[in-house]
Amino acid sequence: MATQTAPTTRALVVPSGVPVRRRPQRGARLLIWVFLAPTVIGLGLFSFIPILGSFLLAFFRWDIISAPEFIGVANFVDLAANPTVRVSFLNTIGFVVVAVTLQLAVALLLAILVQSRMPAWLRTFFRSALFFPLVLSAASVSLVMSYLFNQEFGLVNEFLGLFGVGKIGWLTTGFGAKIVVLLVYVWQNFGFTFLLFIGGLAAIPKEVYEASSLDGAHGWTQFRHVTLPLVSPTMLVASVMAIIGALQIFDQPYVLTRGGPGDDTRTAVMVIYESAFQQLDFGLASAIGIVLTLLIVLVTAAQFQLSKRFVFYG
Amino acid sequence: MSTTVLPLHRPRQRLATVGKFLVLAVAAFLTLAPVVWTLVSALTPTDITTGQAGFGLGAFSDVFQKIPILLYTWNSALVTLLIAAGQMLSAAMAGYVFARFDFTGKRILFGVILATMMVPMQVTIVPVFMLIRGMGLADTLLALIIPMIPTAFGTFLMRQYFMGLPPELAEAAQIDGAGPWKIFFRIYLPLAAPGLAIVGILAFNYHWNEFFRPLILTISEQNFTLPLGLVTLQGNLGTGSVATVLAGVILSMIPAALVFIFGQKPLREGLTAGVSK
Repeated sequence: MATQTAPTTRALVVPSGVPVRRRPQRGARLLIWVFLAPTVIGLGLFSFIPILGSFLLAFFRWDIISAPEFIGVANFVDLAANPTVRVSFLNTIGFVVVAVTLQLAVALLLAILVQSRMPAWLRTFFRSALFFPLVLSAASVSLVMSYLFNQEFGLVNEFLGLFGVGKIGWLTTGFGAKIVVLLVYVWQNFGFTFLLFIGGLAAIPKEVYEASSLDGAHGWTQFRHVTLPLVSPTMLVASVMAIIGALQIFDQPYVLTRGGPGDDTRTAVMVIYESAFQQLDFGLASAIGIVLTLLIVLVTAAQFQLSKRFVFYG
Repeated sequence: MSTTVLPLHRPRQRLATVGKFLVLAVAAFLTLAPVVWTLVSALTPTDITTGQAGFGLGAFSDVFQKIPILLYTWNSALVTLLIAAGQMLSAAMAGYVFARFDFTGKRILFGVILATMMVPMQVTIVPVFMLIRGMGLADTLLALIIPMIPTAFGTFLMRQYFMGLPPELAEAAQIDGAGPWKIFFRIYLPLAAPGLAIVGILAFNYHWNEFFRPLILTISEQNFTLPLGLVTLQGNLGTGSVATVLAGVILSMIPAALVFIFGQKPLREGLTAGVSK
């Protein structure tokens, strides 16, 4: 769900400004309760209580079979000392920095190009093609990519062989595996960011460009001083969503490498999964989950703080 | 090709146009080529006896023999469609209430609902797993469906949508004697169809492709969904019959591709409207 969360961050500002439509009409009281019930009870049961439960569980040792045992902050001490957990968090952070930068840059460049002058049918073609990977499942995509990047018979090595490059162990060497996970993730996810930028660019009035052109701004100058400031609100939304999504990466490394070689492509969510469902250490898994959540909240808050300096609301 | 349409005055501008289309063409090639390669490879399986690759549907029939793909497809369809329908209805109802009525605690309740979106699903999966077990739903398709029907994001989206509809419609209907239920089901719900479509398409796309939750919440193969079934297929076959796995990938992407073709426009317009607001 992560990729769907960010619009709310803007919405949080809205309610106070929204004029309240009306007091409930007679007979509407029942409707209010009936209509709210599925969402409120459902989210309470499957979201709110699990969040609290996860928080509590982090202070217990529990293997699902024997009774939970309160152990204070021992899980947090454990995870700080556990080299696999440390490496997986470092991997995740490194991945997020590179993947999100690449995703935003590629998406913005392609959105600007696609929104420039061209026949409508061509624009539709490019837009659809670039958006397409988004409809595929990350698991299927990773399966396909594991064949394409196969060391012996993969198409990628075959293609590189044409230029005399030897067979690279894409999925068997640490660096190669990191590159593949990164490329496969960005390949599949830049389409959403691209879509957001198209919306943001479309909202910029044509007159602004015409006026700046008359003043002699073209190319890079126009991009730097016109496009970039005006698209910065979209950039904020896109980067918040991209970072939250990337921090939760799981499917790609799970299918491509199972976290290997060694721990080279193990991510935070993979360690949550392995601690809970393979080592049956549900307390530790919850503690790692809490740390990941705090990381997400902190990074998001930092982005909104920074946005006060860099985001331009026209 | 399209350069004829563009008014080009200077050679530098012509060069920029060529560069632009070159970049776009390379990007489109990179996004489409793996999909085309998958299709071609699935249609040209290697014959085990001769070692020759040739055109044929053998890989596709192989998929049906190696895994119960019809069952997986049925499971995926059931899970995805019930979640999508459930989300559309529950989000429409809750969104409508938040958009059109005032009651005590409304702002706090809405704030809490929005806040649940901040916490990643992987963090809550352990308690959800325990809850599901406690309800006696472990290893059933309902375990995949029920927790996903309430949707904070959908509620937010539908609230925005209903706030954009004129409140005068309700006043007019009330004068004509329509009750609150009739006003919702006969007037506002039909008008909110485009918003509902976005909630439905997003739910379909997400849950048709989802891997993490089914991996954890289903155990027996009879409850597997398509992505899980395909990864299992690959695990069982090793690197032996690539074409078979790829044929499975192609089969599994057909419904998602269809939804994409028909849903692209409302989705793009809906999302971009949400951002620029």
